Amino acid sequence: MMQKIYDWIDERVDITPLWRDIADHEVPEHVNPAHHFSAFVYCFGGLTFFVTVIQILSGMFLTMYYVPDIENAWKSVYYLQTEVAHGQIVRGMHHWGASVVIVMLFLHTLRVFFQGAYKKPRELNWMVGVSIFFIMLALGLTGYLLPWDNKAYFATQVTLNIAGDLPYIGDFAKTLLAGDPEIVGAQTLTRFFAIHVFFLPAALFALMGAHFILIRKQGISGPL
Amino acid sequence: MSEKKKQVSRRQFLNYTLTGVGGFMAAGMLAPMVRFAIDPVLQTRERGGFSAVVDVDELTNEPQRFDWQIDQVDAWYESKVTRSAWVYKKEDGTIMALSPICTHLGCVVSWQGNDDYPDQFYCPCHGGRYTKEGVNIPNTPPPAPLALYEQKEEEGTLFLGKAIPREGA
Ligand code: HEM
Ligand code: FES
Repeated sequence: MMQKIYDWIDERVDITPLWRDIADHEVPEHVNPAHHFSAFVYCFGGLTFFVTVIQILSGMFLTMYYVPDIENAWKSVYYLQTEVAHGQIVRGMHHWGASVVIVMLFLHTLRVFFQGAYKKPRELNWMVGVSIFFIMLALGLTGYLLPWDNKAYFATQVTLNIAGDLPYIGDFAKTLLAGDPEIVGAQTLTRFFAIHVFFLPAALFALMGAHFILIRKQGISGPL
Repeated sequence: MSEKKKQVSRRQFLNYTLTGVGGFMAAGMLAPMVRFAIDPVLQTRERGGFSAVVDVDELTNEPQRFDWQIDQVDAWYESKVTRSAWVYKKEDGTIMALSPICTHLGCVVSWQGNDDYPDQFYCPCHGGRYTKEGVNIPNTPPPAPLALYEQKEEEGTLFLGKAIPREGA
């Protein structure tokens, strides 16, 4: 049945070369843990991607209950965690995944660094990777405010003061992020929500796309 | 001269026109959105007024903490919020009203908050310290003195306004 559907489409649109180009390529022996167990270090990039997929999916589902409003944000998180079936699990995935993704990203970066895989011709992809790292940190910082509890509120006050210390553009950046020069409040929450859920994921997708296209073009770096 | 002037080919002309039109369309789309996003930076706000805080008689030479409420307008959300100040009378009778917000990263300082440093303001977050005048002590994290509240005295009552930051020491 599936084969028939595939053939029907393939006959008309010729999709085989499309997915072959993306998915059909050899895994060199030196990156295959079945050959050399130590090659597991090559898994961290893929694991980062896996956890990122979890973050995006669980985040999308959280927005079914979450409201970015200072009266109701905390209550909506409390409700989804305590009253909604499996709410604790979905929130837990997003909550713990946010830390795990940073750890994976860090291990991946360590592997690339210590193997010297960032050297010519892969310098550009190192820069893309560093940008992804900053986007991730920003996702963590903006997401942290969303439950609107005391910890979130005061952590954000500190985050905003750090932004305010930027040379020259500090005050501008702080007001732009918080929505008010002094108050951490209603406008801060809606802004952080928009940044967390739309702006940063959009930037993340673009950078991940560039990251993977570069990997396909340049191939994985050779054995040490 | 004019014969040697470079001719613009049909292809170049169309490229320029399309880029120009595309540029205008992109700018027309983005301009309202960008202005929308940076509005909080450009809004001018009226400075808040003064609030009655405490009877001047209650003040001593020792900093005491006083709290009061102000009406805060946060876009569509209006609420009462609490402000605090450490207030005392100097030897010469002038009143000092210090903001308790640490100039390092915004924690709340307290007078004699640490037994090891009597007669100083202490910030529990990273051990920032200030003298009684609120001046940050060198080699502790804060980069500037505690802000001073605008103040006025009317019929024996102390009114405080906005906390004005002071320059780094
Ligand atoms: C790699 C990407 C992401 C990271 C690192 C991340 C990180 C975080 C963090 C640290 C929190 C606070 C969680 C807590 O305190 O329990 C949070 C909350 C939240 N995030 Fe994300 N996030 C990511 C992607 C997304 C996406 C793509 C969406 C939506 C489409 C999303 C929607 C939400 C929502 C609605 C909340 C509030 C609910 C809650 O606090 O449990 N997140 N995020
Ligand atoms: S916030 Fe006060 S010392 Fe860091």
